[in-house]
Amino acid sequence: MATRLGSEVVTELLAMDGHGVYVWSAYGLSFAALGGLGIWPLMSLRARIRRLKERGERQ
Amino acid sequence: MGWIKTTFHKSGSPRWFFTGSRPWVIGLYVFGALLIVVGSTWGLGFVPPERLQGNSVRILFIHAPAAHLAEAIYVAIAIAGFVFLVWRMKMADMLIQAAAPIGFVVTVVALATGIIWGIPTWGTGWVWDARTVSTLLLAFLFFGLVALREAIGREDRASRAVALLALVGVINIPVIKYSVEWFTTLHQPPSIEIGKKPAIDSVFLWPLAVNVLGFYCFVAGVVIAALRARIVEREAGAQWLRDWALKS
Repeated sequence: MATRLGSEVVTELLAMDGHGVYVWSAYGLSFAALGGLGIWPLMSLRARIRRLKERGERQ
Repeated sequence: MGWIKTTFHKSGSPRWFFTGSRPWVIGLYVFGALLIVVGSTWGLGFVPPERLQGNSVRILFIHAPAAHLAEAIYVAIAIAGFVFLVWRMKMADMLIQAAAPIGFVVTVVALATGIIWGIPTWGTGWVWDARTVSTLLLAFLFFGLVALREAIGREDRASRAVALLALVGVINIPVIKYSVEWFTTLHQPPSIEIGKKPAIDSVFLWPLAVNVLGFYCFVAGVVIAALRARIVEREAGAQWLRDWALKS
């Protein structure tokens, strides 16, 4: 009974009375963009520091 | 007021900024992400459907913060442009370079979520009204700041041109803000104004406020992280940075 109710809640949350496709795609796109924004400068910084270290060790 | 002047002068030093900013990046990333998770979970699962918009109102918990933040990033860039043109502070130039692509992505998020929200709510994803067009122009301005720098070979000339464009482009910000009052538009008038009672119910206001704060904190962390990467790129020849890299 509890499982059925749980799955009903999830289905309802996903469907959102027909608006689910809009709501979830908007959130998915935004989180993907924010995640990308968060990772990009950290990767870029790490790569630049690595290059700097390699250059320093060579000298 | 003395500390503002001192911080302003200190922030002109890439070394001072770089060595002291790492805890800020971590703090703003964690705090911002946490607020976004709380605000979005609240908005998605614990807010009733709006009377007219139904469940699509939930999109506004990310659309409005993104749109507001995009404008704030541009204002910060314009101030940096002014600072660079007047005082030739290279940190201001690096800030423009770091923040412009971030502003572009945030504006695209605002436009895309607006389009997605418009389909079930207005019956169309796009209308050529003043708010949407001026926000589209904001995306072009951010893109233009990146493209202009790439197009000009000499670094000092590129920096001056970009700073000037940043400053001139700020005229678009009041156009975006007042577009819903000056022109006939499908967009609703502002729901939250300083000094006035919010026009939206508190049940929608709180998750929105949490997400606005979350977006601001997280993206501030991203801008600082991007600025740190720019400092490493531009100051690669500086002894202090080489010493720091070897020690870290």
